[in-house]
Amino acid sequence: MKRLIKFLKPYRIGIIVVFVLVGLRAFLDLLLPMILGMLVSQGIGLTAEALNPNIPRIWELAFVMLGVTVFSIVITIFSGYLESRISAGFALDLRRAVYRKIEQFSMREMDHFTTSSLITRSTNDIQQLQNYVNILLRMIILQPVLAVGAIAFSIAQQPTLSMVLIASVLSLLIMLVIIFSLTLPKFQLIQKLVDRLNLVTRENMSGLRVVRAFNTQAFQAARIDKASKETMRLNIFVNRIFSVMWPVMALIMGFTSLAIVYFGSQYFIGIDGFDPGSMIALMQYAMRAIMAFMFLTMIFVMIPRAAISARRIAEVLAMDVEIMDPENPLTYDETPRGEVVFDDVCFQYPDANVPVLDGISFTAPAGKTTAFIGSTGSGKSTLINLIPRFYERTCGTIKIDGIDIKDLLLEDLFKLLGYVPQRGVLFSGTVKENILFGNEDFDEKVMEESARIAQADTFIKDFEEGYERLIAQGGVNVSGGQKQRLSIARAIAKQPVIYIFDDSFSALDYSTDQKLRKLLSEKVQATKLIVAQRIATIRHADQIIVLEQGRIVGKGRHDDLLKTCAVYQEIAQSQLSKEELEA
Amino acid sequence: MSQQTQTERRKTSSSSPVMRGPRGMNYLEKPQDFKGTMIKLLRYLKPYAGRIFFAGFMAIIASLMTVLGPWLLGLITSEVADAYTGGRAIGMIDVVFGISLSIGEIALVIAGIYVMSAGFNYLQAFMLIGMTQNLTYSMRRELSSKINTLPLKYFDDQSVGDILGRVTNDVETINGTLTQSLSEIFRAITLLIGIFVIMFLLSWPLALIVVVTTIMSLLVARKFVKLSQGYFRQQAKSYGEMTGHIEETYSGHVVVKVFNHQNKAYQNFERINQDLFQSSVKSQFISGIMFPMQFFIGNLAYIMIAVAGAFLVLSTNPLIAIKIGVIQAFIQYTRQINQPIQAIGGIANVLQSTAAASERIFGLLEQPEESPERDDLKTLDKVKGHVIFKDVYFGYAPEVDVIKRFNAEIKPGQKVAIVGPTGAGKTTIVNLLMRFYEIKSGSITIDGIDIRDMSRREVRRLFGMVLQDTWLFEGTVYENIAYGSDDKTMDDVVAASKLAQTHHFIESLSGGYAFMLSEEGENISQGQRQLLTISRAMLADRPMLILDEATSNVDTRTEVLIQRAMETLTKNRTSFVIAHRLSTIRHADIIFVMNDGNVVEQGNHEQLLAKSGFYADLYDSQFDTE
Repeated sequence: MKRLIKFLKPYRIGIIVVFVLVGLRAFLDLLLPMILGMLVSQGIGLTAEALNPNIPRIWELAFVMLGVTVFSIVITIFSGYLESRISAGFALDLRRAVYRKIEQFSMREMDHFTTSSLITRSTNDIQQLQNYVNILLRMIILQPVLAVGAIAFSIAQQPTLSMVLIASVLSLLIMLVIIFSLTLPKFQLIQKLVDRLNLVTRENMSGLRVVRAFNTQAFQAARIDKASKETMRLNIFVNRIFSVMWPVMALIMGFTSLAIVYFGSQYFIGIDGFDPGSMIALMQYAMRAIMAFMFLTMIFVMIPRAAISARRIAEVLAMDVEIMDPENPLTYDETPRGEVVFDDVCFQYPDANVPVLDGISFTAPAGKTTAFIGSTGSGKSTLINLIPRFYERTCGTIKIDGIDIKDLLLEDLFKLLGYVPQRGVLFSGTVKENILFGNEDFDEKVMEESARIAQADTFIKDFEEGYERLIAQGGVNVSGGQKQRLSIARAIAKQPVIYIFDDSFSALDYSTDQKLRKLLSEKVQATKLIVAQRIATIRHADQIIVLEQGRIVGKGRHDDLLKTCAVYQEIAQSQLSKEELEA
Repeated sequence: MSQQTQTERRKTSSSSPVMRGPRGMNYLEKPQDFKGTMIKLLRYLKPYAGRIFFAGFMAIIASLMTVLGPWLLGLITSEVADAYTGGRAIGMIDVVFGISLSIGEIALVIAGIYVMSAGFNYLQAFMLIGMTQNLTYSMRRELSSKINTLPLKYFDDQSVGDILGRVTNDVETINGTLTQSLSEIFRAITLLIGIFVIMFLLSWPLALIVVVTTIMSLLVARKFVKLSQGYFRQQAKSYGEMTGHIEETYSGHVVVKVFNHQNKAYQNFERINQDLFQSSVKSQFISGIMFPMQFFIGNLAYIMIAVAGAFLVLSTNPLIAIKIGVIQAFIQYTRQINQPIQAIGGIANVLQSTAAASERIFGLLEQPEESPERDDLKTLDKVKGHVIFKDVYFGYAPEVDVIKRFNAEIKPGQKVAIVGPTGAGKTTIVNLLMRFYEIKSGSITIDGIDIRDMSRREVRRLFGMVLQDTWLFEGTVYENIAYGSDDKTMDDVVAASKLAQTHHFIESLSGGYAFMLSEEGENISQGQRQLLTISRAMLADRPMLILDEATSNVDTRTEVLIQRAMETLTKNRTSFVIAHRLSTIRHADIIFVMNDGNVVEQGNHEQLLAKSGFYADLYDSQFDTE
């Protein structure tokens, strides 16, 4: 919470002004019943001093009331504008801070929060908080002032009779405490049951075929029925308690008016200047006070909810960023060639017992292809992600052309790399913008050549608009294979010295994969690091590194590994035919 | 449905949905056919009609009583003021129809009225809550049983999230809005009419003031709503843009980084952020002062009543003269009248959301179900597993046939391998065999009986199935394996698992067969999930088999286990295997080669290679024999 309050600091003058204005507005609103009471008593002539009508006094007080009301609305409009500016400005700054923070995150931090949660935190949570700030700015001063003020004004009218008001406020609060203490714990339970209902319904739908294949429709229906029946029972209970609130509140208000009029007329009229006008005013104050306390409880319900959003945002802002630029960055004297050297590298998640990667040493020679293979969980993808520092190695060194990647500015490091992720990621914009992403100096020839190598030119030509074709957000208007080919073209257009293909070929069909790899080896001279699942993809690599449970268990060319490496043999056996193995 | 879309759909369903529109943004969804939907909903409410009217009756009584309160209080005040000015003691008050009561008696009447009104109000809420909850429960039950009777075809272009939204959110919306609107409709209308009637009875000049200011207040509210809607739309647009941008850069985080695109992305972000700021200042401001503006008009009414009231009290004209208690009553009435007016104004919106939600629910409930079964259904006693496809035509969309004139014969005990590139529609054959989809023309027979002459249950009883989509539910390992085989004992489950070679792995889980699986079995690995589904098929012991070999994301050791288990399973059974392993393909009796949904070639491995057609190409490229 504290971390976020900092974001309100730039607006402190505005906030103070709002508080003053809102307080003033409350005071003005509280004046009205009193003046009205005076108008009735003095104008009609019901006071102890004068029992004769006083017409000029009626007009006088009417204009005072009008002035008060107009002044109050002017203040309200002005403070309303300030409130909106402050809360929207707060959201503006907060959103920017969160965005800039997440920009710096490495994959470890992204994994920690998950992408979808970060999206919700940056959008929905901040929007929620903006609404809360807006409401709280107004309410947090207005309602207490109204509550206390209404009681004070009524005491000013008739102190003893005002005890009625205090009694009704107390009974209101007691009722609210009882209702909330009975229902709040159940709300969590309801949420759990709703989640449960979601779960069983979702399960049924993800297993449509299985349910039908095993003829278990009745079983599924019973599961859902049980969950929704439980939800219904608890909902009925909670709602029935909750709906006590409004009738009882109306009852309290009614009894308060009644008590004021009854006791007032029986015991107080004519004593200490308490006249019928004062009685009417007192009734108004009673209603104000009860409403104000009602709103105050709503604020108390609201604050914990706002706190949930606030905490989710503060968590993001509090996260330590693991990977940053070095203090004394090194640069290359000559154009880098792209030799990658791992020396005894390990990687371990902070809370894990077993390292993901351990004792990894190898050299990927400049201009050659080095491939990584191994079963899922062997760490091949993590290994390759250490080079762009998406994850930070735990020990050892990784050097590119003799310079440790930790000593390079991130921007300089990234300039060396052409990276193709596992799943094609595209951005809204044209095909052209996507291919030339990060390649500011626009060059159409490079773009077309890259598309040709990546086997993307064939389908781009089919687009009516060609390279000007718009890609929708998330690339939903192109197929998975097309997305992958475009993201390969994007890496090629960057003309990097080192390529990183993180299992980028699996989404392609076999013949496209084959053609692409052929052109890639013919046309592109650079270091290539490839993670693959299919042996066919990598069998012609200059060097194949076989991983098993985070360690290197084989290093060499396809033919050698077939003879020497047991793990490689196992993988090969499940994928290749006997003849091919023997060939 | 191709495999690819199926797996993608699973992904969207399991990832947490990102909220598109933030709450509290006054975004109103409009139904397409308001009237039609409401009529349907009313028909739905028919069984509850008695309770609704009784609740309504109570609401009306309660409201009428509420209306009487200020008037009676006013009588006391008037008498007190009269006594005060007249310098006499407080006497009996002439209430109505010549009935006179003392102040104490009136106070008792008022107290009684308030207590009864609160009681009636609560009673009607109590009844409506029970009713709407019952209604939502039965709607949910209908929806969930509907899901299992819809043809699978329906789910081709519906996302799981969307259907789930209907079962949970939309039903919840109906629940909330119905309770609200049903109790408000009776209460608000009665209150409104009651207050106006009593106001005109007490003093028509003052009542006219209230009418005029009320109309003014409504006009102002309408103006503001119109104005703010424009700004809200703008805000929603910027917000959508913002969400889009954030979704894109966060999910492409590493790409944005590696391509040194961060600064450009940030510039874009900042532009949208500023837009969002501008539009939200405006919309928040406008919507924030609407209520104070109405309050302001209310205050004007208040002042006018005070002034006019004072003059009327002083007036000697018996047509318009009032007593002071009437001013007090009017002040209470002008405050009271806002609530029902707002409720009636809001009810249009509430009903619209009810209709929008109901429309989606009825839309699902009214979907045509699987075609009815034929009358004289046949059953198979001893199944040999002789399957014949004869002139089969089929298409997922009515105009496009993907399978055209397909003929094949599979003899008892033979193995069929289905191969083809990703997205070729390898599951189509499975869909047709199990009657998940109905063929357009031609026939599929099993042991000479057309599968359409058997019930769907019967057809499906003939097949054991292991899909790549390893479906498990939240429950124990035992429950998951015994799924659909209610007659089997624990011993049977263990025996089947031993046969499927999964017993050892199950025993290694904590609790063994009692191990609790989480949703979709996410607390065990993909390979282990597959092993469990194999045990399930083994236990079910059906005469024929459908298998999907795809075992991506499985480590080599588990893969060997799975392979062995599948071999045991297919022994002596007619089986259809969506094949990924070369050994399976080579040893298959028949290979169906699929492309673009159709079976383009069939035959065994050698025959197909000799053809040098699509299969030969596929084979060459997959295994790179250059």
